[in-house]
Amino acid sequence: MKFTLSWLKEHLDTEASIAEIAEKLSLIGLEVEEVVDPAKKLAAFRVVHVVSAEQHPNADRLRVCVVDTGTEKLQVVCGAPNARAGMKGVFAPSGTHIPGTGIDLKPTKIRGVDSNGMLVSEREMGLSDEHDGIIDLDPDAAVGTPFAEILGLDDPVFDVAITPNRPDALGVSGIARDLAAVGLGTLKTKEPARLKGDFPCPVGVTLDLGADADLCPAFALRLVRGVKNGPSPDWLKRRLEAIGLRPINALVDITNFMTYDRNRPLHVFDAAKVSGNLVVRRGRKGEEILALDGKTYEVDEDVVVIADDKGVESLAGIMGGEESGCDEATVDVLIESALWDTGNVARSGRRLGINSDARYRFERGVDPAFTVPGLDMATSMVLELCGGEASETTIAGAIPDPAKIIEFKPAEVKRLTGLDIPFIEMRQILEHLGFWATGEADNCRVAVPSWRPDVHELADLVEEITRIVGVDRVPTVPLARLPGVAKPVLTLLQTRERLARRTLAGRGLVEAVTWSFIARPHAEAFGGGKPELALSNPISSEMSDMRPSLLPELLLAGQRNADRGFADVALFEVGATYRGERPEDQEALAAGMRRGSAKPAGAGRHWSNAGKPGVVDVFDAKADALDVLAQLGAPVDSVQIEQGAAPWYHPGRSGTIRLGPRVVLAQFGEIHPATLETLDIAGPVVGFEVYLDRLPVPKAKATRAKPPLDASDLMPVSRDFAFVVDAATPAGEIVRAARGADRQLVTGASVFDVFEGASIGEGRKSVAIEVTIQPRERTFTDEEIEEISGKIVAAVQKKTGGSLRG
Amino acid sequence: MSEIEQLEADLKRRVGAADSEAALEAVRVEALGKKGSVSELLKGLGKMSPEERQVMGPALNGLKERLNDEIAGRRQALKAVELERRLATETVDVSLPLQESALSAGRIHPVSQVMDELTAIFADMGFEVAEGPHIEDDFHNFTALNIPADHPARAEMDTFYFPEGEDGARMMLRTHTSPVQIRTMLNKEPPIRVIAPGRVYRCDYDQTHTPMFHQVEGLVIDEKAHLGHLKWILEEFLKAFFEVDEVKMRFRASHFPFTEPSMEVDINCDRSGKELKIGEGDDWLEILGCGMVHPNVLRACKLDPARYQGFAWGMGIDRIAMLKYGMPDLRAFFSGDLRWLRHYGFASLDLPSLAGGLSR
Repeated sequence: MKFTLSWLKEHLDTEASIAEIAEKLSLIGLEVEEVVDPAKKLAAFRVVHVVSAEQHPNADRLRVCVVDTGTEKLQVVCGAPNARAGMKGVFAPSGTHIPGTGIDLKPTKIRGVDSNGMLVSEREMGLSDEHDGIIDLDPDAAVGTPFAEILGLDDPVFDVAITPNRPDALGVSGIARDLAAVGLGTLKTKEPARLKGDFPCPVGVTLDLGADADLCPAFALRLVRGVKNGPSPDWLKRRLEAIGLRPINALVDITNFMTYDRNRPLHVFDAAKVSGNLVVRRGRKGEEILALDGKTYEVDEDVVVIADDKGVESLAGIMGGEESGCDEATVDVLIESALWDTGNVARSGRRLGINSDARYRFERGVDPAFTVPGLDMATSMVLELCGGEASETTIAGAIPDPAKIIEFKPAEVKRLTGLDIPFIEMRQILEHLGFWATGEADNCRVAVPSWRPDVHELADLVEEITRIVGVDRVPTVPLARLPGVAKPVLTLLQTRERLARRTLAGRGLVEAVTWSFIARPHAEAFGGGKPELALSNPISSEMSDMRPSLLPELLLAGQRNADRGFADVALFEVGATYRGERPEDQEALAAGMRRGSAKPAGAGRHWSNAGKPGVVDVFDAKADALDVLAQLGAPVDSVQIEQGAAPWYHPGRSGTIRLGPRVVLAQFGEIHPATLETLDIAGPVVGFEVYLDRLPVPKAKATRAKPPLDASDLMPVSRDFAFVVDAATPAGEIVRAARGADRQLVTGASVFDVFEGASIGEGRKSVAIEVTIQPRERTFTDEEIEEISGKIVAAVQKKTGGSLRG
Repeated sequence: MSEIEQLEADLKRRVGAADSEAALEAVRVEALGKKGSVSELLKGLGKMSPEERQVMGPALNGLKERLNDEIAGRRQALKAVELERRLATETVDVSLPLQESALSAGRIHPVSQVMDELTAIFADMGFEVAEGPHIEDDFHNFTALNIPADHPARAEMDTFYFPEGEDGARMMLRTHTSPVQIRTMLNKEPPIRVIAPGRVYRCDYDQTHTPMFHQVEGLVIDEKAHLGHLKWILEEFLKAFFEVDEVKMRFRASHFPFTEPSMEVDINCDRSGKELKIGEGDDWLEILGCGMVHPNVLRACKLDPARYQGFAWGMGIDRIAMLKYGMPDLRAFFSGDLRWLRHYGFASLDLPSLAGGLSR
């Protein structure tokens, strides 16, 4: 919403400065986005008296002038033929930027004569192409007057962001009312005089909306005949131009003026182009209208239109039609002032894609009580500017009276805001804003003005009072702390997410935050791409589908870094993936990727790896996943690690970490070459995904005490075994079997060698393990060690079919 | 000089001359071995007269003892020389640079770090951390927040929608974290003190907007909480978060459908230098929106506005991270650019706490 200072002053008597007005507007909820003062950049240009103009001693076409600026006399060399003693001109002192030429003036010598400043032409001012001479002002112009003032450019323009709850502030009068309430002047908006017509309105209006009469509660219309339409007077043109509107002709300009002055959008029809009576009805499928913006719109039953015998003439509350519009030839004009349903205007405007000043106001709500006064005011303006003779007003429907009375309890102000102010001040504020208050503090009733559709109940009145009083006057009060030491507040999942982040960062991965929506083919490659998870209005095809996995964006980010010359990348993210639309379909994951040589021990060529860095492999990803699980308290000793994972992993170089048959805790592995191709990235790359909310909930513990330490004084014994098994047998099974041979005595087992070769036999491998056996009561005898070893061998044989390597 | 003295001097000289443990051992055997010169002399003691023995016994035993000491001393010296020689051969160039450790290489994203900072501050004031789904329904994202259908605020939100379901309803990506307020109030009896940080989405992508960003909201509901308390909370939070002793606030009236009265809050700052300084200077910087919870929102959550009251506030996490840590461009937050992440990210052990300070 834009307006000029002079326009505001039509409604408000105020001595306040531009800065004061701007600050107050922002504080009371009418946020000033910008104040443009066109006089500012012309401030240096002022009226001067040319005291003398003598011939330049060294140049025929130059004159040496002395100008009186009101404060001093300066010598200027001037080349204009019309420079003469006694004239009034426009002078720019040294230091001024000349808009027409882009030159910054400085004291200089021209052909040996000092020159300080410039007498300017219209072209130099950027006002026109006139450059035959310097500006020759009215001899009565006062020396020292800013030239901007003479140009009428000394009217600052305010641009204010109006929140959707305040349609009344979409008129200058409403803004003035708020400023008066906050003490920045006196409201002087004039009530429009009632205007009687001289004859009945010859065009009838009917509302044909059936049961939905509320789509158009009232429609007022009158005819002015015998007008002479043409350009508006300068004051009106200047006002509209200042706020960025193009003056068209007086009739149209008057409707625009009413829109901005009083938030009363109107429409004018050229009566000669309207056939028969007007009817307000729903549109019909197949109907079209060429609107005033030059575009043709198709309407249907959801759009309310104003039609005549020929068809649709106007889109109700949104935009009029070109065919019945007013131009310089208009003699008889029909002026419409109507009320429309806010929701219907909003929906229709959105559907048709029309953003007009009328729609903007009708969808927020105009003052119903001003429907007829607004028509009177506009008609008076038409008579004044275009002459003619006005008809009586015809009204279809009825002006609604949304009289709202609120029981006002002053104590509510204190309860909700902590503000302790006297009732009389509250009452004054409300009355300044146009509310009517009756009664005293204990029985006060407040009537809401018709232009405030946002005010319904007591809390709304508290808001009005707080807004005008200002929150600065609210005393700051500490919120009582809860007793004692602050309790832990994070949920189990929040704790897991934090721990997962810190664990992975501690393993050398860098946390990224990537988009929740990804390209459709990428979603499909990771098990997603369901139609219900595709955005209807995505930003781009790269951001169209909710991600089923954190990996695709991480992998792409890794590739982008590689393309920038950083090939060794380890990234992770902790965030949500989406299996469906329901809240329970959102899952929390920690996932990561490593590419190049970004191994946990360090990346890149280094003397310690003899210049041949290791390449990331499935075991790096496995270590990342297992470490996260371990830090989150998952029973990593009893999880099962299965060969293979989801289809986006290399089937032979990936694994699934399970807890029991149903729960998948994590997956890891090399990314499948086909998946890399879909993402158009280079491999090998490894990745992992840990499902944070699938971990078992830890059992509640009675105390924080840890179980007693079980540390024996007896030396543990270690024994090596090499088993020959089928090449497909997971080594993990051998370890599990060995550990399970005697849960009491076998305390550890690790694989220290895996060997495949001709000596073992085709399709076989040898797995060497070191088993730690812990004596419990006394040192083992050789026989006892033999016995346990036998149990271990038997357990492994039973589980894997393997045999001791001979 | 007696024969013994002669022998002693001779042996000592040879011990001193031994340049290896083997040579030293040879001298020892020669003197003190079974057939060694000193041993032979000692054997002769038995054949001597008691008088002779009384003189020669101590003399020879003294000789043996002194020789043993001499040899032990020499052995120590030789060992030390040998060790020194070995150590000299074992020297490595310790100036060789190491590979970067995992602990130094890893980073926490600034958004996560700031969320942890927020949690540390508000947990101390008794706030829980609430979360909600990103894919929301109309009720939680709009209607319950006093934004009815066709309200212009809906259009201003630039909502991402999903296709209509069979029932004609459309799910959407939440445009703010406010639906978490609704879920909290519907599931929990007052008193309520929560913050709700998380991802939010708006269909907008330019210099200063990304279609996904992060917000944090705070909500306090009880039977007394009013604007004065809100001012206090915000002031204490802002001081703690920006780690300054003082911050000036300016409240401008505004409008959010879910609060009434609604305010936007500016804080003072100094833009004169290279870095923005919060809490100094006379410039204003818009930082957050807040207000008293609208009675319609309380009603939608089955709370009686005559009994319960409270306030809420919200701000952009990415934005306050930028203000505190100086990142110039929001879009870089989500680019996954290693250079940016390493520069602006935090070490894994930089866990914010009130006891240790939010940042170091």
